[in-house]
Amino acid sequence: MKNIFAVAGVVIKELYRRKDFYVLFIITVLICLVMASVNVFNDSKVARYLKEICLLLVWVSSLVIAVTTAARQIPAERENRTLLPLLAKPVTRMQLIFGKFFGCWFACGLTLLCFYIFFGALSATREHQWPLANYFQAAVMHWFMLGIVVAMALLGSLVFAAPSSNSTICFVIIGGILFVGRHLDQVAVSMREPLRTIVNALYFTVPHLEFFDLRDLVIHNWPLIGWKYIVLALLYATAYILIFLIGACLVFRRKPVN
Amino acid sequence: MNSPRTFLLLLVALLVLCFGIAAHLAPEFQAARWSRSTGDIFNVVLGDSRRMFAQSFYIKADAYYHSGYYPTMFDNKEAFQTQHMAEDTGAVSSKNHGDEEGFLGPKRNWIDAFGRHFFPDRHSHLDEGGPAGDLSGTENVREILPWLKLSADLDPDNPQTYTVTAFWLRERMHKTAEAEAFLHEGLQNNPDSYEILYELGRIYDESYHDSPRARNVWELAVKKWQAQSEETRNDNKLIFEQITTHLAHLEDQAGNYQRAIDWYRAAQTVSLDPGSLGVKIAAIQKKISAQGP
Repeated sequence: MKNIFAVAGVVIKELYRRKDFYVLFIITVLICLVMASVNVFNDSKVARYLKEICLLLVWVSSLVIAVTTAARQIPAERENRTLLPLLAKPVTRMQLIFGKFFGCWFACGLTLLCFYIFFGALSATREHQWPLANYFQAAVMHWFMLGIVVAMALLGSLVFAAPSSNSTICFVIIGGILFVGRHLDQVAVSMREPLRTIVNALYFTVPHLEFFDLRDLVIHNWPLIGWKYIVLALLYATAYILIFLIGACLVFRRKPVN
Repeated sequence: MNSPRTFLLLLVALLVLCFGIAAHLAPEFQAARWSRSTGDIFNVVLGDSRRMFAQSFYIKADAYYHSGYYPTMFDNKEAFQTQHMAEDTGAVSSKNHGDEEGFLGPKRNWIDAFGRHFFPDRHSHLDEGGPAGDLSGTENVREILPWLKLSADLDPDNPQTYTVTAFWLRERMHKTAEAEAFLHEGLQNNPDSYEILYELGRIYDESYHDSPRARNVWELAVKKWQAQSEETRNDNKLIFEQITTHLAHLEDQAGNYQRAIDWYRAAQTVSLDPGSLGVKIAAIQKKISAQGP
């Protein structure tokens, strides 16, 4: 565990040395402030459109940070020729993968914390309330979803040749799941065999990232979700994270280091 | 000849020429009917596709009206053919049928069943308190307004956006002045819209209690409605019934009983329930006979 967290610490330090987060955070703040200045029939309490825009920007920014950070970890080590010395020390390949994963995931957690504090402050200025439990549920679910994304991008970085192609493929898959993942079984109904079986199989095997998207519930002030469903969803996410990480370890075991 | 001063003078001359041509052409271009620059920024940037975006923002407003519980392209949309926020104004005829509570249908599998815990899964309207059912929070209907305003900015030729916005501004937000101003903006863009005139008349009658003004506006609305083609009139019978029954009620209140009967009879020609209007006519005729000759 010590080695894993040592590797993770380096990844976190790398994130706050890079400008990605700061740029995305400032853009989010600026866009939200401009949208907040819009006069809607002289009513200063209109809040939900602002919450929706802010959460959309938070989601896009966090996905960009998660995918790009995770996708470049191992290729960068290989390019800089630091992978071999790293593995020459008492760090196993599995520890390296897990270390990289935890580093990216914790870094995403830190960025999410900043984004959600800003989101809470922004909505409090309009709605004059702090539904902290709802925000906590949304943020935790979002963070675990990013865990799946990071694990998927790490696996992709070992399969695909370049970080750019890996990032693009990851974005396409994530977008596809978020937009149509919930309806894949309905889409399959109108298809012919064997496509129907393939799409149905996809429906039951892909990680349903849309479970973790609680934006509509937060935007429209719905009551809390039962905690047991949250725990089950987090277990679901953990299972997929482990599947992708084990897959990454298996692929990395056979990969030449140089 | 090749001195820098000559080039400078030539440059200044060219700039003056350019400015002159631009100053001459710009007003003509602005005034031309085909010019897209006469519109706002949306018109210039999006062209006719702005109507598509306007419609999608209009639907977005209805999704907000349902606190996010809204069918996607994969769900059964039969109960959402006419936007409920427009239907609830009472001036739009409904094309909805089917179950608005359960467009999601029965749970298809464990993923679908589990996933339903993580998005809005209950039908509610913002003006009835939203998902919390808190009737003290009916002013939350304000949340649909930004999308309606954006929709009107993108497609100023759609009168329904103005009437729906004005209705909720007046009814729930008690912002009569803003509602009136928005309707006037709509009337500038749609001078022949009887829907906007009807809603404007309601403001004068119900909020300002200015009956003469309401009468004038509604009578103009009737004329505009009658000026439509027969096909359009057949598609918009409900609004004519609304205008004429409001006019009849107004004349009844003012003691102009014969005028009231005339308006109710006009409403009967398009009404789905002429019997109930007949009862009102009979009541007014009783008042006339009670007055005596």
